[in-house]
Formats: sequence, C-alpha cells, structure tokens
Amino acid sequence: MKTAPKGSPDVNQFIFTTKAKEFLAWGRKHALWPLPFGTACCAIEYMAVVGPKYDVSRLGAEVVRFSPRQSDLMIVAGTIVEKMSPILKRIYDQMLEPKWVISMGACATSGGFYRAYHVSQGIDKIIPVDVYIPGCPPTPEAVIQGITQIQEIISKKAKS
Amino acid sequence: MASTSEERLNFINSKLTNTTTPTRSVADGYELATDAKDSFSIIKALKESCGFTWMMDRCGVDHLEDETESKRFEVVTHLYAPDTNERIRIKTFTDEKESVPTLIPLWRGANWFERETWDMYGIEFSGHPDLERILTHHEFQGYPLRKDYNPENYQELSEPLPIHFDDDPSLEDEDPLEANQWINIGPSHPATHGTLRIMAEVNGEIIKRTNLEIGYMHRCFEKMGETHKWNQIIPYTDRLNYCSSAMNNVGYCRAIEQMIGVEVPEAGQALRMILSEFSRIMDHFVCVGTNAVDIGALTTFWYSFAPREKIYELLEEYCGARLTVSLTRVGGMAYDLPEGWLKRAEEAVTYIEKQMKLVDGLLTKNPIWISRTKGVCALDQESSIQYGYTGPLLRATGLNFDLRKVEPYYFYDQVEFDIPIALNGDVYDRYLVRMEEIHQSCRIIRQLLKNFPTGPMSIDDKRITLPKKEDVYNSIEGLMNHFMLVIHDVQVPKGEYYSFTEAANGELGFYCVSNGSGWPTRIRCRGPSFAHYQAFPEMIEGKMIADAVAGLGSINIIAGELDR
Ligand code: SF4
Repeated sequence: MKTAPKGSPDVNQFIFTTKAKEFLAWGRKHALWPLPFGTACCAIEYMAVVGPKYDVSRLGAEVVRFSPRQSDLMIVAGTIVEKMSPILKRIYDQMLEPKWVISMGACATSGGFYRAYHVSQGIDKIIPVDVYIPGCPPTPEAVIQGITQIQEIISKKAKS
Repeated sequence: MASTSEERLNFINSKLTNTTTPTRSVADGYELATDAKDSFSIIKALKESCGFTWMMDRCGVDHLEDETESKRFEVVTHLYAPDTNERIRIKTFTDEKESVPTLIPLWRGANWFERETWDMYGIEFSGHPDLERILTHHEFQGYPLRKDYNPENYQELSEPLPIHFDDDPSLEDEDPLEANQWINIGPSHPATHGTLRIMAEVNGEIIKRTNLEIGYMHRCFEKMGETHKWNQIIPYTDRLNYCSSAMNNVGYCRAIEQMIGVEVPEAGQALRMILSEFSRIMDHFVCVGTNAVDIGALTTFWYSFAPREKIYELLEEYCGARLTVSLTRVGGMAYDLPEGWLKRAEEAVTYIEKQMKLVDGLLTKNPIWISRTKGVCALDQESSIQYGYTGPLLRATGLNFDLRKVEPYYFYDQVEFDIPIALNGDVYDRYLVRMEEIHQSCRIIRQLLKNFPTGPMSIDDKRITLPKKEDVYNSIEGLMNHFMLVIHDVQVPKGEYYSFTEAANGELGFYCVSNGSGWPTRIRCRGPSFAHYQAFPEMIEGKMIADAVAGLGSINIIAGELDR
C-alpha cells in the first residue's frame, strides 16, 4: 500500500470495500423491525426487553411495529392456541420478504407445559422458525441473544 | 372464613318454600342443593329476599366417576350478600337430557358464565340467547371438561370465525355513504393486547354495536388442573394473571390450605402479603403504563416499567424467576428469605414511591390525559354489580368494597391502610384508584417489613411440606419423606371449597373439589377479568373507536385469567 503524500488525509480511514449483498445485510441486521406477536406471559417479558433496563434499541431492534407490512422480524411471544393458529399464519403471510421468525419461550416452541386440547404444540407446524429461545419465560438476556443470532443468520446468508 | 349463623339459616330457609333439601352451613358459607326446574325460583328468592345480590361465579362440575351422584352434572353458583357478608353455594343437579334455566334475567353477567359452562360441559341453559362456543374455537367438537374427554385430543381450526353480529341486518339497500360499516379489531392488534377480538359496527367513528370474541388464550387451565396433583398446579396458576403471578399462587394455596384445614405460620403469612402487595403494584403499573401507551403517551410506560424491574430483582433473588414465580407451596413458602432481602425490599418501596410521583406528575393533571379519559367509558355502579365487577373497577364507581377489609385474611386487619374510591367509574377514576392503591400497598409493605415476624415460613407437617434439604441428604427418614411427598403429593380430604382473595383486578376465586383420591376433581378459577370484559360492549357502544381503546386499557383485561 502506498502512503499518501504528506499533509493529505489517509483515504483508507474513510473507505472500505464490501459486496452490495453484504452491505444490504449489514443494514438490515442493525435495523430489524420486530412484530411482537405477543399473546401471554412471554409478551410481558418481551416488554421488559424493550424497556429501559435491557433496552433492545442497542441492537437497533426497538422499532416495534404491529403492522406485518412494516416489519421483518416476527417475535412469537406466548402460547399459540388452536383458535389463534390461522391468524398467526395469515399475519406471517402478510409480512414482506425478507423476514425472520423468533419463537420465544417454551409455549411457542412446543406448547410448553400445556399438553392440552386447545393449545398448538409448536408454531413450527404453522410457520417456519429461525431461532428458538428456550425458557418459560426466557430471560431478557436470552431474548437479546436470540436477536443477535438472527443478526448472525442475516450476515452469514449474505456471505454464503 | 365466611360467617354463618343459625338465625340467618332459619331465615333463609323460611324464605325458600319450594326446596326439597334445606340450606345448611358449610365451611365456606351456606350451601343448598336444588334440581334444575326449581333452581331459578330459588335463586331469585335468595336474591330478592335474602340479600344475596351479587353473583360471583357459575360453573359446571362433572361427576362421571362418582357413583354416589344420581345425576352426572352439577351447575354450581356462588352468590354473595354484601350487607351481611355471607356467601352461598347453590348446587343444581342436571344431566344431558335436562336443561337448567338461565340466570340472565337476574344478572346480565350470567351470560358468559353459562356460555362457558355449555362450552366446557355441554350443559344446556334454557332461555339463554346465544349458547355458542366461547373459549374453544367454533369448529371444536365435544365438551373438553367432561371427564371422558382426553386432554390430548387436539383439534385444529381451519379458518377464523368471520365477522358477524347477533341479528344480521342487510346492508345492501342502504345508501353506502350513510350505511354502517363492519370493522374487525384484533386479535393481533396493539390496542387489544394481542388476544382480544372486537367486531364492531361503526358509523363513521361511532361504534354502533359490538360483538366480542374471546378464547384466543384458552390454555385449558382447568383441564390441566384435573390432570395434575395439587402442588403441581401452582406453576399453572402463575400464568393466570401473569402480571401479578405471586397473587395467584397465594390465592390458590390458600384455598387448598383451607380445604385441609391448616394455616401458614406467621412469617409465611407476612411474606405472602408482602409479595402480594408488590404484585399489586406491578400489575397496576403495567395497567397504567399500557393504558397511557395505547392512547399515545409513551414516556409514562418507561417510567412505570422501571419499578417493575426493581420488583423483578427482588423476586429473582428470592425464587430465581422474574415473572412466573411459583413461590408458594401448599402449607407455606418455597424458600426462606435470603439475607438482607427485607432491607432491599424497603429500598425498592422507596424507589417505587419516587417513580410513582413521576408517573403522577406526567398524567394526573395533564390536560391531554384528562380530556382523553374523563367521562370516557364509564360504567355505573348498578351495571357493574350486574356484571360481577370487583376490585379497582368497582371501587372507581364509588363502592367501598375490598376483600382485604371486608373479609381480612392474614394480617390485613392489623396493618393500617385505606381503600381509595372514586365516583364516576370512568377511565380517569380507574386510573386514580389504581395510583392510590399503589401508594397504599407501599404503606402495607413498609409496616410489614418493620414488624416482620420471626420463625418458620412453612408449617412443619411431614404430610404436607417437604423436609429441609439437609434432612433429605443426611437422613433416610428425610429422604423417604421427600420421595413419598413428591410421588403422592399432599392428600386433600374429600370436600369442596370456594376461596377468594383480593387480587390486583378484583376477586380471584378458586373453587376446588376433591374426592379424596389425591387428584383434584375440579379446579375452577374465577378470574376477575372474565366478569369485567363482558360489560365492555355496554361501555363503548355509542362512543368513538379511540375512546374504546382508552377504555380497554383501563379495565386491564389479562388474557391468561380471561380465557384461562
Ligand atoms: S413459555 Fe411460559 S412464560 Fe412464555 S407464554 Fe408459555 S407459559 Fe407463559
């Protein structure tokens, strides 16, 4: 690398090169707009993640949108019962590509400890899931880790 | 425990001329058995001549496995007499071929309770206007709470219920500019907190009629209650009103303890009170915070969530969980207190009071808040009672009724606190009542922390509570005791009991039936939200959609306790 003439600024400080695809992914992963499909106790814990102490805006994922058209990350927080399943599917279908899904908590993942006639035994029967977060409810730290995993998925996919 | 007296018993019996079996005194009040055809006139007489003017609960019980009962089903109604502070249980026996007269002419609130009973048991109610599915979905087959329904018989739903109203007017020949429109709000909608669905017929911004659909959170708590043992149900109770889990734990365990006939030691009682009051504070803060968010005031939400985090820290330190705490056991508490916990609790109270002032400063005199909430979605006292309202919503209509004063349990008669009431029953008054209750809860906690009793947290009875861990690891008796209790759990004697506590939203009742076999026969939860939500159409019809959003936030419907 040639050194710049004396007195002029070092251009390498200001320039970096990347692929368009990766650049887009970089933007996307730091500006996730979650759609909280919150139904139960996990949704209260999700509120804590957005709240002042855990502050999910540090990851750029605080712009919560309840419209499927405006969001790209669906966070299913809470029990999904049979009555709700078709609605969950419809909302997911209404989201635009690219989109990701986090299944937050035991209930969304597998029905949790509700092995009962009206509880759907896992949302992955209805919609595809990218990250499962264990817990009942998961701690806010775990949710934050789940979101960072989505970010990794986004950048890995762009690199592949 | 409810008071009963010989004199009143004779009085009640003298008023009920057409019963075959007389009323009797039982541990939780009075009890009366009727058959289906006389039940209406008897309940009417109880309401009109004996002062039992409040209907608290109505539910079904299935006696399939009990050969001593001649009829399979029972409809159990719990009434309350506010003037004399008495409770009565009316047991109406029925079977598949017979229908029970509806109580809607006496209490409008009976509607949903009966619909639920039909949905769960298939018990017919004659005269009921719409016996449709309420908690389960509309394609559901069978009656899930019947004993012969397999809890793992999952039934999928293909399509959501289309928007509809009771009597469909044809919109076709109306002028489209004048005609009413149908709009669907929820269940996935920010203002409905994710699980409530409101079908509304609107004219411009004005709501003309509504049809509510619930059940989007029906997690089969009561069925789970029948497939688990007594202590195993405690984690399920956490998830009823998950904004204040500890209170549900306390309410449930208290019911079982009353059935067994034991009382928790003083330290356990005091701790249950402290944790309940902290839960009340959390619950009210969530309600006020989300109510404000729903009508556009986001800052309040951040301020009101901060004290919750403080309380979460206390809970986490005590039991390891933040939200779903399961911190009671039948016969006491799950753990001893960590060192220094009481002091940190005191600090938390100070912090809560400080934070409360901030919320108060943001809202109470804020002209925007006042104009969005004053006079909005009010419900008068008479209608509130018709629908079985309790708790802050009832107190906001000017009625001084709080179970902690009326029927004090634990040390509620020894601590000083006031019951706030307001007069108009609108969104603003509900807010004021909740804020003052937070303040009163802080007062209660401070007094308890100052005089915290010493001694064990749980009763010392090998048949009820687990032995200490040292004993389990170091002695064969302790080990065996632990095994036996975990395998067989506590044995609750044959009988039934309706127990209630003042939870954050109102009367949280547990009606438990045991046949003495070690498994519960029936665990019924009377969640306050179920009664409250039913009156919502009455509050919002004729109002603007935006007002309905404010109103919905103010009645604090928690799906876990609404749909169970
Ligand atoms: S996983 Fe646990 S906390 Fe989350 S919704 Fe289910 S029961 Fe509630």
